[in-house]
Amino acid sequence: MNGLNIFQDLLASAVAMGTPILFTALGEIITEKSGVQNLGLEGMMYIGAITAFLSGLALTATGMPALTAMILVIIFAALAGSLIALLHAYVCLSLRANQIVSGLALAIFGTGLSYYLGKVFITDATAILNDRLTRFHFADGIDIPFVGQLLRAFLNQDLLVYLAYIMVFVVWFFIYKTQRGLNLRAIGENPGAADAVGVNVKLSRYIYVMIGGAFAGVGGSALIISASSVGQWGQGMIAGRGWIAIALVIFARWNPKLVIWGAYLFGIAMALESRAQIYGWFDNIFILKMIPYIVTILVLLVTFIFSKQKDIGEPESLSKPYDREER
Amino acid sequence: MIKVEKRLETPKYLLILTPIVSVLVALMFSAILLLVTGEDAARAMNTIFGGSLINWQEVLVNSVTLMILSIGVAVAFKMVVWNIGAAGQMMIGMICAAGVALFAPIALRDSIFLIPIMAVAAVIGGGLWALISGGAKAIWNVNEVITSLLLNYVALYILQFLVFGPWKGVTSSGFPQTDPFPAAAKIPAIFETGRLHYGLFVALAIIIIFYFLLNKSRWGYEIRVIGEGRNVARYGGMSLSKNIIIAMFISGGLAGLAGAIHVSALEGRLSPHMNTDIGYTAIIVVWLSRLHPLVIGIVSVFMGALLFAETNLPAAGIPSEIAKLLQGSILFFVIAGDFFSRYKVKYVKE
Repeated sequence: MNGLNIFQDLLASAVAMGTPILFTALGEIITEKSGVQNLGLEGMMYIGAITAFLSGLALTATGMPALTAMILVIIFAALAGSLIALLHAYVCLSLRANQIVSGLALAIFGTGLSYYLGKVFITDATAILNDRLTRFHFADGIDIPFVGQLLRAFLNQDLLVYLAYIMVFVVWFFIYKTQRGLNLRAIGENPGAADAVGVNVKLSRYIYVMIGGAFAGVGGSALIISASSVGQWGQGMIAGRGWIAIALVIFARWNPKLVIWGAYLFGIAMALESRAQIYGWFDNIFILKMIPYIVTILVLLVTFIFSKQKDIGEPESLSKPYDREER
Repeated sequence: MIKVEKRLETPKYLLILTPIVSVLVALMFSAILLLVTGEDAARAMNTIFGGSLINWQEVLVNSVTLMILSIGVAVAFKMVVWNIGAAGQMMIGMICAAGVALFAPIALRDSIFLIPIMAVAAVIGGGLWALISGGAKAIWNVNEVITSLLLNYVALYILQFLVFGPWKGVTSSGFPQTDPFPAAAKIPAIFETGRLHYGLFVALAIIIIFYFLLNKSRWGYEIRVIGEGRNVARYGGMSLSKNIIIAMFISGGLAGLAGAIHVSALEGRLSPHMNTDIGYTAIIVVWLSRLHPLVIGIVSVFMGALLFAETNLPAAGIPSEIAKLLQGSILFFVIAGDFFSRYKVKYVKE
């Protein structure tokens, strides 16, 4: 294989690997922009993954077209993610609990629940979801060196990858170009003022926490149904991606347009695990497995060190509960 | 109409009652889930509690680890520094203790000083590991939740790297584990049968020491003040970054010590078997105990039983995952239940 083809393969793999994190981080941006921090992404991704696996097996067994089944799976995973996020919303917004502890509880609970469901409902431990998403080849005929490979890396991908490109734009447009987006930013920056002009702070925060959960659910489902996955459920499969997504949100300064590049950067770190072995660059699997976590920590350090004193772009009222009567 | 009012002071009975009720509700929730999914809930509960009574030594073996880890987590949480990396710090402690036991000079490996030096190495290793997060937090205000959690994965792969690679024993017959430690490295069991070991007394001593340090000393007062409000502490002339660094070092050091005791008393060698969720369990213990060292001792016994159940349930035909789920739901119900100790719910006639 020549260098250009390796470049294409590594980049394509990075885009595919980055997609679950990208969805999850986009959702967290929406949630955090509304002033609520949800550290439970890991748990919500697990719920999305187990939902995708179980519903995927059930739906493809009915004999419906694979693509239809997969679209339904994505919808189910989004619903499951938003339902589990509702727990966090209720505990933080209605019962006014500490958001960090509630997020941890969600991470532990979501993981435990998905493990349990997996154990109870998967009778055959070696079951594999064979009918998954397939790649659409939009850039096959382009033979310009480098440009062709670059385009193929981004445009020979499955439905979820394209959906992720679209969602980056949609989320950015929503947050910065619509009235509701303006309200969203207002309740995250200054809920008192938003309340004064008639925005229902509590209800909005409920909705945005649930939307964040839906994104994380889809992010988790991507690890099951994407063309590049093996289509198998396993305990430990999310492997910290939920936490990496939180780091990514900080790195991207809560900006959807930056988060996409961050996601693919982490995608490269993850793709290296398999690619470095295939191409014979490096073969110690344990060191390769460490890389994404070390990269995340380093990126986080650099983000904090080089941001101007205290201003990392965090919404002003992040994780501060809002109570009308206590103002 | 229903009105919610903030309590000025929480009555003492509620502070004790809400965690207990929350645990009971979580148990009910798990039982219902077991029933709904067609499992034998009564048998599961019987295995969790009855089995734990019979195997009380194994329960306490888990509690020893939990007590030390949880005290460490509580020290950090007291000043609102979120150390989620106890599992990783414990693994680094295991590695440092194993390094001493395997590679120290022969004279030391046969002496009574071996265990203390393993412990010191583990405390320093775990403490420094935690300082990666703690230092970054203190100097640049880097979010310690994420760094400490992600370092768990790095620690796990370092452990695996060592036991699959350079530290793999010549006598381990192909298994990924080190050679056994010398005899002097073993913390002995208390009774002739059973695995409960003298580490229990170390754990109890730590609980008592930290009860006094946290509740009765000047240092404990300082970190409490910092926990209640960063600005107040600053006006009081307390150094925030210095205290974050000290607290994180102690927090990680204790986790490292728990790791040393674990490999020394139970495994007698370094192997890749590790409950990587034990840091979460410690957090649940700490939150159920409201950060109180003496209560941590009691709650650790209860959670130790749940950890034991995880290994014991499959034999009874119940998915062990229910124990994990139960832990998560306990934490959820506790923080939800706290609402009633912080707020008064009143029914007011219009």
